[in-house]
Amino acid sequence: MKIFVAGLNHNTADVEVREKVAFDGSRLDDGLRRFRELPEIEEAMILSTCNRVELYAHVRDTQKASESIKSFLSEFHNVSRASLDRSLYIYADINAIRHIFRVASSLDSMVVGEPQILGQMKGAFEMALERKTTGILLNRLMKKAISVAKRVRSETKIAENAVSISFAAVELAKKIFTDLSGKVFMLLGAGEMAELAARHLMSNGVKEVIVANRSYERACDLSKEFNGRPVRLDDFLREMVHADIVICSTGAPHYILLRDQMQKVLKERKQRPVFLIDISVPRNIDPTINDLDNVYLYNIDDLQGIVDANMFERKKEAEKAEKIIEEEIEPFLKWLSSLDSVPTIVALREKAEEIKKEEFEKLMNRFPGMEEKQRKAIEYMASAITNKLIHPPTKALKEDPEDRDLMIAIIKKLYGINGEEKKDK
Amino acid sequence: MGTILFELSLIFYFAATLVSIIELFKEKRIISYLMLSLVGIGFIFHTANIIQRYVVAGHIPITNFHESTSFFSWSIVLIFFILQFRYKVSILCSFVMPIVFLLMLSSSMLPQDIRPLKPVLQSYWLIIHTIVAFLGNAAFALAFGVGAMYLVQEHYVKSKQISGIFGRLPSLQTLDAMNYKLITLGFPLLTLAIISGSLWAESAWGSYWSWDPREVWSLTTWFIYAIIVHARLIAGWRGRRAALLSIVGFLIILVTFFGITLLQKGSHVFIE
Repeated sequence: MKIFVAGLNHNTADVEVREKVAFDGSRLDDGLRRFRELPEIEEAMILSTCNRVELYAHVRDTQKASESIKSFLSEFHNVSRASLDRSLYIYADINAIRHIFRVASSLDSMVVGEPQILGQMKGAFEMALERKTTGILLNRLMKKAISVAKRVRSETKIAENAVSISFAAVELAKKIFTDLSGKVFMLLGAGEMAELAARHLMSNGVKEVIVANRSYERACDLSKEFNGRPVRLDDFLREMVHADIVICSTGAPHYILLRDQMQKVLKERKQRPVFLIDISVPRNIDPTINDLDNVYLYNIDDLQGIVDANMFERKKEAEKAEKIIEEEIEPFLKWLSSLDSVPTIVALREKAEEIKKEEFEKLMNRFPGMEEKQRKAIEYMASAITNKLIHPPTKALKEDPEDRDLMIAIIKKLYGINGEEKKDK
Repeated sequence: MGTILFELSLIFYFAATLVSIIELFKEKRIISYLMLSLVGIGFIFHTANIIQRYVVAGHIPITNFHESTSFFSWSIVLIFFILQFRYKVSILCSFVMPIVFLLMLSSSMLPQDIRPLKPVLQSYWLIIHTIVAFLGNAAFALAFGVGAMYLVQEHYVKSKQISGIFGRLPSLQTLDAMNYKLITLGFPLLTLAIISGSLWAESAWGSYWSWDPREVWSLTTWFIYAIIVHARLIAGWRGRRAALLSIVGFLIILVTFFGITLLQKGSHVFIE
């Protein structure tokens, strides 16, 4: 009984390989069914996202399973064995458990702590449950992985701070203004990053968007996209009086907003606070504006600095998370190894039951005229004796994890239980 | 009995202050709950102590320095709970409980005996004037705490150092709004206190205003807060300036309260 993982992720495989090996919507069903039908596989589950493809299984023999999974993948996705060999990682037993816990807790993600992976894992597990491709082992493992991930989320700050520039900008905006709904947002110039930040702000419910751009046409286009109002770049100072948050990336080679201009704007705004984000290089907003009251000016490096600090914070938290995972592996392994003794216990019980039945029937044949009441009493006594006799060895098998293998061997020998274990399916 | 109640509340406030300082460094929900419960229990004992003194003395127990300092702290905690209920900013506790504790500590070192009131002061004006005055001052004490929080948070945002308690302090806008609410609560109360005080003075001594040092300083405080309210409405003085002014205003209140009371021999000496 072995937990087995075969997979590849953003670290081990390029996107060209990942997209080939990915089980996208329509093929997942078929893939999962065929994976489960491989002769070495007892239970199966597939997790396929844009950053990783992982096959989880309960296997009898790691070596054989690894071989058959590789040929299955290569055949199913029509990729060369060589490129699979290069990018595939294989884990078994404790390493497989650790890996699954780490993936669920987002420690193995490209952006450590990103929250989507847990949902994707739950989705993959639900699908496997629906198709009945998992059993006692993987079910328990997945439930445990989900609870470990939740524990990591609640006991560490791994997912707490923004690790992208546009998220960092939104978080800062929320520390200046309580709530962004009802705020007016101005986009000065356009650019990929400015648009991204704009989108985040929009999803946080800003009330109005003003777009100013050197090319008025482009301003009109962008306004349509954000449901905003286009203005000419020459008019931006007049419009800025309304804006609570301004993102600036005009590409101008000099400052387009000077300190005394900003002072005038502030005066007209009655000093209501303004959050200025200057992501242009070279900078477009006079940095001394940050010294004015009620203006908070951040440039691209400031935001990057926050992102770096948050990243560092996440790494520290990730160490705590690794410790939590190690703590959680232990009890799971114990449970897993306790399963090893289950067939022996069953065999022991069956053997005892068999002897009891045999002897009881012999007795009944010898005294055919026995009353029902007496029969019951004898049967009851026989059961009591066998139960009491097999109770201590059963208990020992269940309880003692260290000498379990030895115990199993001894009990088999002492009670003459066959070496061939019953396959519990 | 009264002393025991007072000391119990002092002990609980002390514990709450310690926990509130730990709370600054360690973010745990349980610490916040513990802190708020300690303040709450302290407040119950404190209220019981004030009621007990009222029953024994037969008039509102704000007539000597011990009592007024104690009542001042009580008002601060009362307004803190109202604010906590409205804004759920438990970290405010860390900025306010030290003040409460220090006031209670000084109160505990002052003579606590209950003595008869000067007959001239036995009037309903005593209740109105003192309660209004202390509630107003308590609102300013909280404006001081909120102003300090604003300055800390503004420092984080301005210096781009996003660390420490940045994440747990409310937004600048919320802090500014709280500050303004507290000042617009405190200012009318202070105005009422001055008016009721002068009416009372007229009925007790026959003159509305006698340039008693306490009166002068109260008037100074009144002007400071009048400036804060006015500057915000007219010139848009909000944020940092409002926070700084509310800190200055409260420091002047403390000067008035302690300095003048210790030095003076005027009409605000209540007991014989």
